[in-house]
This record gives sequence, C-alpha cells and structure tokens, in this order.
Amino acid sequence: MTENEHTENTDTGSAATGGAARSGEAVLVVDGLTVIGRPSDVEIISGVSITVKRGEILGLVGESGSGKTTLGLSLLAHCKRATEITGGQVRVGGQDLAGLDEKGVRRLRGRAVAYIPQSPASALNPALRLGVQLREALHDDSLSEQDVLGRVREVLREVALPDDDAFLRRYPHQLSGGQQQRVAIAMAFVGRPEVIVLDEPTTGLDVTTQAHVLETIRAMTRDYGTAGVYISHDMAVVADLADEIAVMYQGEVVERGRAAEVLSDPRHAYTRKLLLAVPLLRTSGHEEAEPEEEPLLRVSGLTAGYGRTKVLEGIDVSVSRGECVALLGESGSGKTTLSRSVAGLHHQFTGEVLFDGDRLATSSYRRTAAQRRRVQYVFQNPYEALNPRKRVREQILGPYRHLVGRPEDPDAVVAESLERAALPASYADRFPEQLSGGERQRVCIARAVATDPALLVCDEITSALDVSVQAEIVKLLHGLQEQGMALLFVTHNIALVSNIADRVAILNKGEIVEYGPVGQVMSAPEHEYTRALIADTPDFELSFPGAQERLGLAEEERAVEG
Amino acid sequence: MSGPSKNTTPKASVRRRPGLFRTAWRFGRTKVGVALTALIVLIAVLGPFVAPYTPTEFVAKPYETGVDGALFGGDNLGRDVLTRFMWGGWTLLLLAGSAAAVGVAAGTVVGIIAGYRRGWVDDVLMRTNDVLLAFPQLIAALLVMSIIGPKVWLIVAVIAVSHMPRVARVIREATRKVIEQDYVKAAEAIGLPRWRIMTVEILPNVTSPLLVELGLRLTYSIGVVAVLGFLGMGLQPPTADWGLMINENRQGMAVQPWAVALPVTAIAVLTVGANLITDGLSRAAIGIDRGVEK
Repeated sequence: MTENEHTENTDTGSAATGGAARSGEAVLVVDGLTVIGRPSDVEIISGVSITVKRGEILGLVGESGSGKTTLGLSLLAHCKRATEITGGQVRVGGQDLAGLDEKGVRRLRGRAVAYIPQSPASALNPALRLGVQLREALHDDSLSEQDVLGRVREVLREVALPDDDAFLRRYPHQLSGGQQQRVAIAMAFVGRPEVIVLDEPTTGLDVTTQAHVLETIRAMTRDYGTAGVYISHDMAVVADLADEIAVMYQGEVVERGRAAEVLSDPRHAYTRKLLLAVPLLRTSGHEEAEPEEEPLLRVSGLTAGYGRTKVLEGIDVSVSRGECVALLGESGSGKTTLSRSVAGLHHQFTGEVLFDGDRLATSSYRRTAAQRRRVQYVFQNPYEALNPRKRVREQILGPYRHLVGRPEDPDAVVAESLERAALPASYADRFPEQLSGGERQRVCIARAVATDPALLVCDEITSALDVSVQAEIVKLLHGLQEQGMALLFVTHNIALVSNIADRVAILNKGEIVEYGPVGQVMSAPEHEYTRALIADTPDFELSFPGAQERLGLAEEERAVEG
Repeated sequence: MSGPSKNTTPKASVRRRPGLFRTAWRFGRTKVGVALTALIVLIAVLGPFVAPYTPTEFVAKPYETGVDGALFGGDNLGRDVLTRFMWGGWTLLLLAGSAAAVGVAAGTVVGIIAGYRRGWVDDVLMRTNDVLLAFPQLIAALLVMSIIGPKVWLIVAVIAVSHMPRVARVIREATRKVIEQDYVKAAEAIGLPRWRIMTVEILPNVTSPLLVELGLRLTYSIGVVAVLGFLGMGLQPPTADWGLMINENRQGMAVQPWAVALPVTAIAVLTVGANLITDGLSRAAIGIDRGVEK
C-alpha cells in the first residue's frame, strides 16, 4: 500500500524557522509496523504504513479497540505493558526509532517526537509547578537557564496562556481543563518536535474549549512545520482538522488519502459507516411539536445545590408524553444535578416537580412504587452502571421484581426488554464483562424499559461511547420514543440534540438561558451562549453520493460485519 | 488479564475472566498452601477415627519411648502420644474456624453498614472499633479468660470480637469504593430497600477482600487458640488439645521430644499453609478488584 516516499532529512534542529518552506517533505514514515500483544501473540496492529508531511496533520480514525492508541504510542517507540513491536520501521526525520535502544529513544522523545495524551488532568504531575514541568520537557543541556526560561515563555504565549512568573508558579489543579490541555500542548511543542502525536486531546473538553484547542493545534503545527498525528474516533473533529485521513479497523489501515477525497468519496464500507455515524447539526427542517395541555413531567422553580453551593436556580422544564426534551449544557452547568433530582437521586432541591399531576418527593425512597416504576434513569457510564457480579438476566429482573412484582414468565420479560434494546435474548446469560461498551449501555436501557416506564431520563448516555455506537443508541431511543416513551435527554452535544430532541433547554451556569422547540432554537438562537455553541461545533457535512439516505445505515453495518 | 488484550478483541470475548479462586490457583504458592492445610485438616478430622487408643487410656509409663504399640511413646501421664495428637486437632480447628468465621461475619456487617450509611452511623461504629482495636488481641483474651474463667464459647467470642474491628476497617474501605459506582445509585433510584442494596449489590462486590481477610483471620485464630491452650486458658485437661499438649509435655521435652514436636509441627504447617493460600488469594484479588475497566 505504501510507496516509501521518504526523503533523507539532514537538518533536524531548526524546524520552526524553515518549516513552511520545506513543506511537502515526509517527516514521519511508518512502514509495515506490526505490534503484537503478549502472551497471546495477537497482532494488535498489523503491517501499518503511514506517511506524514511537514506541517500537515494526519487524522487517525477508528473505534475503540482498533489499535489507534497502540499505533500512536509506537510512534514514540513506546509499548504498553505486554505489547511488543515485532516488525516494520518508524522513521522520524530519517532515523528509525523502532531500531534504537531505550537510551537513544529517550533522547529523541520530546525533541523528535512528542505526545499529547487524552486526559491532561492525568498527564500533568499534580505535585509540580507548571514552570518546572515545562522546563523538564525541554531537557536540553546545551541551553542556558535564561534561554530555557525564554523558550518556555515563548511557547506559553503561542498557546495563548499567560507567561508571567505567577502563572509558572501555579499547580495543574489551579487550571481549567482547557488550560491544562494547553499546557500539555505547550509541553509537547517546547522542544520543537518533528512529529507530534495527539491522542484524542479534546475528548474530555466542551465544544467551546475544543474549538479553541483545535485552533491552537492547527496553528502550532503550521508554524513549527511539525507533522501531526491526530488520533480520534470522531470523524467530525478529524474532518475539521486533518489534511490527510487514515481509517483504522481491527488493527489495519483500511483507507488512506487526502481528507477531502476520503470525505467526499469513501471507498471502504467502514469509512462510510463512520461518516454516517456523525450526528449532523440540523439547523432547519424540524417539525413543530404541539405542546400538550398537561405535560407528563413539569419542573417549576427548581433550585438545587450541594451544601451551600447553588448549582441550579429557577429551573422550569416540562416533558410531554412521547416527547424528547434535551437538556444541553457544558460540564458544570448543572444538567446532571437536574436529571438526578428528577430521578430522586439528588435530594437537596426545592421547587416543584410534578409527574403526571402528582408531586415527586425529593428522595426516591419517599416516592410511590408507581412513580419509581414510571421514571427510569440511564446512567452516563455503562462500565459502572451494571453490577459486575450479576448476569444480564438478573440485572433486568431485579428492578422488575421490585417494582412490578414476580413475573409469571421471567424469560419472556428478559427477552422482551432485551429485544426492545435491540439485543438478542441469548445475551441474558452473560456477565457485564463479556459485553462491549455499547452493549452494556443497551443492557442498561433494557433494564430501564423492562418496567415499562413513561419517562426515561438519559444522562449523557452516549458520551462514554464511540461515535459509531452512539448513532446506534440514538436510533434505539428514537424507536422507544415512537412507542410513546417520553425522554429527558441530557447531553453536551448540540449536533445530537438537533437530531433527537423535540424541545431543548440550554443550561448555562445553573440557569436555563434558552428554552423552546428545537427547530426554533437551532435556526434562530436568541441567546449569545446558544449562538456560540452552534458556532463552535465542528462543521461537518456528508458530501459523498448516497449520504442522504442515512436510513441505509443498517445495511452498511451488515456489510462491515459480514 | 492485561491491558492490551481488551484492545485486540473489538468483538467482546464471550469467555469470562477467571474468578478469584481460579486466578489464585495459578500461583504455585496456593497449591503448596492447599496441600499443607489439607494434610493437617485430614489428620485432625480423620484422626479420632483411626487412632489406636482412646485419648485418656494409659499405655506406657510417663515420658516412656520405644514402647510396643505406641509409635511415639507415652506423654507426661503415660497416655499414647500419637492418639492424643490425632484427637487434639479438631478442637483447635473448630475453635479457630468458628472464631474467624464469626469475627469476619460481624466485621463485614459492621464494615458494610458503616461504609454505606456514612454519617453518624459510620462515626459511632468506627469509633467503637477504634476502642476495641486499642486492646492487644492476646492480652484482651487473657484478661477476659482470667476474670470469667476458661470456657469454650468465651474463647470463640473473645477472638471473634478482637477480629471484628480489623475486618470492619478493610470492608468499609472496599464498600466505599463500590458505592461510588452507578449500579448502587441505580438500585437507589428504583427504591430498593437499603438492606437489599447492601446484600445484593455491595456484598458480592467485596468478596475478594473478604476472602483474603477470612484467610488472614483464620491464621491469627489458630495462633491465638493454640497460645491460649498452652497458657492453660483454653481447653482444660484431660481434653486432648495441641496447645495443651505442648504445655503438659514441655518439661519432659529432653527425654520425650515427640509429645511436643508433633503438635508444634502441625500448628506450624497449618499456619504456613493457611498463610500461603491467603497470599495467593490476595495476589489474585489485586488483579480482580481493579474495579471497572475502561
């Protein structure tokens, strides 16, 4: 697949100055790289070849388990525990990293190749001041103390952070998530690397912050002439950023090409599936839903907090039968607190929560059995929401027995709820550890719908999942809604909201800043916060033929699996 | 299983991860431990049925060795050492086992309640535990025994009470970790009674530290029961008991070493065996209780 177009690179030091001029030259050449896992000897990535040119960004896309992180780490000649590079080359600026010993590799890390990890909070040492960490990252003995400090300040200015001494004396916990990620970027760029590996650096960030961080990354790679490898499962982000796209599937690169080509003319069925899975921001074409006289759930004047801290203030939301209302907000906006108050998990709130005309008590224990049965909650993280010691069957039957009563035919109950969550009945005998993330979330949904609730509260239920899995879960929720279930859908993803919700409430710092039919909010946002959210969402449009028939997704899936 | 394997199998592997016992069995130490423990348990359980005499029958002169029909000779009163050795194990095992079981059970209940209910319940339970912890195990046992007098139920009770706070502390920590998980909140959201949450959702998820604690407490119990017997605060003569045997026969150790060597060896082997099993279990538990994999 690859043609070894690597040219000998003689000058490795001054990438920043001459980068733009020499663009077009391949800095990173990976040839036939194979990594296996011990002791099973399974190939985690097999025979992968990629090339990245100076000043360009390669988007490496694939779902969890496709081997993209393993590939990213092997570009630094780093192997996770019990993995090993068994074949191929990783050439950075003409030098083969895979062949170097540990000492040689260590000298090149940070200078030739740098890495920006997914979670900046865990990447920065919480015990060290920022200045110390940044100086450490440079680790160049030939520079004087003054030069090092100058370089650190310079790079901080470039990532749009303050460069004064007070800032350098700060600790990581004194920064916001976005600032932490900028520091991580600064740390990566401080040594003027040839290649920079970015492992989903914006996954944990809000859209607004994500937009700023992506902009910084884009500008930095251009200015420094660095070759970037951007790892992500989200096609929308990659489409926004990358010059070239490589799609990974089960340890192999199944498609590779210029970004525009891959997006407009995807060759591989899996690429098409990934593209179709991205929720598009719909700003028009919404049908107007008729508001009901008496909504199923009416929240009025709700104020909630933890201890003395107020998280929510004066919240008014209502959900009608068969309607999907989205609560949209960034982290810390109080959206989870609101959904937990509705579910009876957060007790510290005042105000009125009416469900089907009756007042809901603050604690689930003081609500009637019928109320608990009819309001069900699906949690954000499917990896934590299922008891690891219980089979799927028991996970579903437990709540059913408690809320509905002893079933006459337990197998039928389990099979029916699994079917409603689009899972085969044979899954009943499995333990959670035998399920993938998406399957776990389906089991959580099956558990919730088993008791036939009227309202399903979904707390960011797709945020821990890949985009491709997210699309399937959303489709499932649509089906449930058509069967008459009301959904309170909590999310930070505005594109998702524009596709699933009938009405949307936009939360900002504990208050609802905008509330109305989704068509109206998306096409004519009134609050500036809403406008900013829409503007910061990555622009993404499906441009390849046949993309309009998004309903054909099911066929595509089968094609990939088959 | 190690990190990369979950990356290699995008279709979730249908095989279950091996459980605590199976993981522990992979360690050589566990196998050795099981063999040693099984040997002693076998002697203690089958001994009374195959012993050549009754434990109080006189077959030799005091401290006499080389008697026909008595392989290890006679003890301080001329009773058969082998017979008394075979009879003296099950009392020790029973006392130690029940003391450990009662103590761990009580500690688990206290630990789970304290960890789950928090607030003043937690404070009251754990501060009471702290008070109990202040008494050294053996001294407390001796104190109670010398006031009330040596009784079998008292031995079990005293050792169990001394185990309880130690177990409770470990289980409370494990519970704290479990209740952070959403499946406990899911059970709360449907209004499952608190005691059901503690037994159905929490207890099965703290079994790994629980088993390790059980093994550890069993080892300690064996030691304490044997020491109490030796100090004359355990079972009373003429009962055949390993601890008591050591005490009775120590003066004649030079002329009749078997009467002391046999029970001492048995207790040592049992303790080492139980410790090895516990060690294997705790090593396996580290791999299992990593919590959720992401």
